[in-house]
Amino acid sequence: MRHLMSPLDFSVEELDKLLDLANDVEKNPDKYAHACDGKKLATCFYEPSTRTRLSFEAAMLNLGGSVLGFHSADSSSAAKGESVSDTIRVISCYADICAIRHPKEGAALVASQKSTIPVINAGDGGHQHPTQTLTDLLTIRSLKGRLNNITIGLCGDLKFGRTVHSLINALIRYDNVKFVLISPEELRIPDYIRDDVLRANHIEFEEVERLEDAMAKLDVLYMTRVQRERFFNEEDYIRLKDFYVLTKQKLEMAKEDMLVLHPLPRVNEIAVEVDDDPRAAYFKQAQYGVYVRMALILTLLGLAE
Amino acid sequence: MLNISGIHEGFVLDHIQAGMSLQIYHDLKLDSLDCTVAIIKNAKSKKMGKKDIIKVECPIEALDLDILGFIDHNITVNVIKGDSIVDKKKLTLPEQVTNVIKCKNPRCITSIEQELDQIFLLTDPEKEVYRCKYCEEKYINPNKRG
Repeated sequence: MRHLMSPLDFSVEELDKLLDLANDVEKNPDKYAHACDGKKLATCFYEPSTRTRLSFEAAMLNLGGSVLGFHSADSSSAAKGESVSDTIRVISCYADICAIRHPKEGAALVASQKSTIPVINAGDGGHQHPTQTLTDLLTIRSLKGRLNNITIGLCGDLKFGRTVHSLINALIRYDNVKFVLISPEELRIPDYIRDDVLRANHIEFEEVERLEDAMAKLDVLYMTRVQRERFFNEEDYIRLKDFYVLTKQKLEMAKEDMLVLHPLPRVNEIAVEVDDDPRAAYFKQAQYGVYVRMALILTLLGLAE
Repeated sequence: MLNISGIHEGFVLDHIQAGMSLQIYHDLKLDSLDCTVAIIKNAKSKKMGKKDIIKVECPIEALDLDILGFIDHNITVNVIKGDSIVDKKKLTLPEQVTNVIKCKNPRCITSIEQELDQIFLLTDPEKEVYRCKYCEEKYINPNKRG
């Protein structure tokens, strides 16, 4: 039985197969409309996450399956003090596959150790969020036609942004991917990514503070939100939250076929006026998130062939 | 000259970094063994200048070589039988250590689910880096030499 804890759990070849399947799901939805008839997905969300949860639920419903679950720790047995290990043992009796989100890092791994059904990590604190990374990879590959030979700008909160860290780890496995890391001094990429991942693997990268300095060379611009919940100090948050705002004017410097991605939700880091630009791909990205989760459910349930 | 009598059957831990012997005594749980233990601190050493030595009179099976390898894999383990050295154990960094160190990351699942084993995995043997199996928090051995 297979689980998904980290985006690196899949080899590049396995990932290619998964993304191929996601593209087939996109093109031939009818073919998969009953693929999971009679199967149940449990969404165990110990912290609120509308987007990820609904994306999982939409994926299972699109496959003909059904969903059950809870949406906050307060409405689960966790409020009574039940451990993740015990909860997953019980959920294993009710469902065929489980997506779990938990504020504590490593919670999904604990669940997978005791589970008798496949477990998908739907986010464990600031640690991993593999289905977001799969979504990002599918979006880039579908819209650019490749995952190699790209220059990607990662902009905003590179210190706390787990989606950025996961995406870097996933993309370095492809040839000739260059990174431009765009952040204020306080939110620069952590050493364990700069040294242990980028430098250790001889990956070409540069760090800049101004988005304008990077824009012209980018094939993909990945914007992130400065997250209030990651700051201990409200003053720091207020000072940094408006550091980058992508506007139509700034976008004039970009290549005509550059992609603008964002894991969403956005606050104000992408001006609404950018939404109509053909390069804005963040809502398509949300749609790809459903396709990739459909492909993932099929794969982990052994229904992919 | 300080004279500690030899041991008939047991082991001698040599080339311990000076000052580390008491920590090793506790980490190996030698205090719970009902046997003779001699701790020699700051002995002269050609190689190290100063070193600590621990002599324990008990079967070698009582010694957890994984924990010792994790604490300091440069320690020499001499196995004594019939009053003479019969084996020298080479210590290596264990791939995994369980319930030896605790994850200090307050965001780790082990911080709230106390029944979980504290498991650290060797992720970079060259730099002697261990990471928590659950949250991947880094642990660098404070006893690392050089």
